[in-house]
Amino acid sequence: MAVQTSAVPGARRRKPALFGLIPAGKIERSEALWFWFFISPWVIGFLAFTTYPILMTGYYSLSRFDFRNPPEWVGLANYASLMGDSIFWKSLQVTSYYTLLSVPLGIIFGLLLALLLNQKVPWLGVFRTLFYLPALLTGSVAVALLFSWLLNPQFGIINVVIRNFVGPDGMIPLGLSGPRWLQDPNWVIPSYTLMSLWGFGASMLIFLSALQGVPTALYEAAEIDGASRIQQFFNVTIPMISPVILFTSITGVIGAMQLFTAAYVISGGNNLGAPAYSSMFYNLYLFLNTFRRYRVGMASAQAWILMVIILLLTLLMFWLSRRYVYYEADEEGAL
Amino acid sequence: MADTTTTGPVVRPAQQVHRGVWASKARQEQIIRVIATALCLLGVAIILFPLAWMISTSLKTRAEVAIFPPTWVPVVPQWQNYTDALTGANRFDNYFRNTMFYAGGAMFGELLSWSLVAYGFSRLRAPGKNALFVLVLSTMMLPFWVTLIPQYMVFSRIGWIDTFLPLIVPKFFGSAYLIFLLRQFYKGLPRDYEEAALIDGANYLGIWWRIILPLSLPALGAVAIMSFMFHYTDYMGPLIYLTSDKNYPISLGLQQFRAPFGGTAFHLLMAASVTTIIPPVILFFIAQRYFIQGIVVSGVKG
Repeated sequence: MAVQTSAVPGARRRKPALFGLIPAGKIERSEALWFWFFISPWVIGFLAFTTYPILMTGYYSLSRFDFRNPPEWVGLANYASLMGDSIFWKSLQVTSYYTLLSVPLGIIFGLLLALLLNQKVPWLGVFRTLFYLPALLTGSVAVALLFSWLLNPQFGIINVVIRNFVGPDGMIPLGLSGPRWLQDPNWVIPSYTLMSLWGFGASMLIFLSALQGVPTALYEAAEIDGASRIQQFFNVTIPMISPVILFTSITGVIGAMQLFTAAYVISGGNNLGAPAYSSMFYNLYLFLNTFRRYRVGMASAQAWILMVIILLLTLLMFWLSRRYVYYEADEEGAL
Repeated sequence: MADTTTTGPVVRPAQQVHRGVWASKARQEQIIRVIATALCLLGVAIILFPLAWMISTSLKTRAEVAIFPPTWVPVVPQWQNYTDALTGANRFDNYFRNTMFYAGGAMFGELLSWSLVAYGFSRLRAPGKNALFVLVLSTMMLPFWVTLIPQYMVFSRIGWIDTFLPLIVPKFFGSAYLIFLLRQFYKGLPRDYEEAALIDGANYLGIWWRIILPLSLPALGAVAIMSFMFHYTDYMGPLIYLTSDKNYPISLGLQQFRAPFGGTAFHLLMAASVTTIIPPVILFFIAQRYFIQGIVVSGVKG
């Protein structure tokens, strides 16, 4: 398979094959074939573990199916019954509320902390490490269990501290007490948001490296023009790191829409969505329909709806960002 | 940051006072740095508090956990909580072994496939390559569930339920996750060696094995760590595919552990939780540079 550098004159000229995917020239042809060889794991995976399952999920979503008996075509009946399913709407509402609360807050905190660390603070490496440490563990069962303990209404340390500060006998006796957090339907989503914010070190790291990449010449020029620090922040820093903000928002939204582990673990696995469906995240309801109720057709419809929602949200964010995101000319274009 | 809120007797008389406290640029920077450092210290205290509280709880007696006001430091550290939590009915050594086996296997599969695919995308020219790469990236958007049910069907039909195979085998077929990082790294490597090797008659597979892989060890290290951490904490995959306790990884084992105590034996629960976070934390401190590189380049959390 060595590359041959000399072409025999008068040899039969090949034509590009497979709609031009395989070029005519000998060297180009060999390189293109090697390319397909190298990416073949991905191609196989894409067909077997992505394309086929997506299409099958689409097919199941149009069928009545319970894993046991063969799927039976019912048209759009699953989608129709989801539209009339109040728990489905509740799950959508819970998930949107969580996404809208946790993603912007995570970005704001991450950015503020990155700005703080970018002020030439001493022990930068130590701070960076310590702030990142919780992010290492987010999404794990241990963190979900830890927060269910911290937020325990009776013995949880957060409520103890609240009571000590503003409780009836506290330092400032306002007679207030902490909320019941994960046990109060109105406080469930803020509790999950608190948990996700604990891992804001990951976005902090990304923002910090973006901030360090902003050329200092831009700040010097702004200063000569008389821009204040705040003006510099909004007119230099934000535009320069806007691609990173966009990227973090998109991955943040995709992640938040799919929260599962914490909600499942905190519910103990058998009280899904408690209390009063206030923690019935989208994927939790999907799990319930698939593996507990065996309403696989309906669950497949939910999965497809989620895919379309995420697709639309991503396109929307790209579209909205066209006006606001600044891209430096890159040798290879975007990406 | 708080540049207008701070006032203080810091103006030196010798200086012109037309900008108040902010008389000199150096002084201004100095004040900002002090405030930033103070805020960072406060932030670190807040963010590390849950971990400290976790450790403190894990060393208390059951009675001490519930007293009010709580003790910040255990009166007598109960080290036997750890042995109680980790031995007996909950075979944590077994959970750890399972996690290492499955996370290690999945990591190996991902490293191998990602490295091959990223090499193809970064170094070889072929028509349609860029469009294909956009397709690779767009699969990152796909929710887990839209592919899960048919995969589950297939794996259950071929009898792979309650084995590690559904969690390991698909990883050998390159997902999008982190191919991006490796591709960026490969693009930065010099082309000279490759061209020399081509002229010497090596093929691309040989080049990948003998030149690219050895040169990309740092990037592979970053990717390996992120992949390992992902599988170490993964809960959903094992939850769906593993059904018997003997196959549980620690993520499921920890959850399993909670049930019999009805959520009340927090001292033992925290002891078990602390144990599960020790390996990632150690790995993090050893290989911090790789972690940070991986997160910064790829923009995703492992």
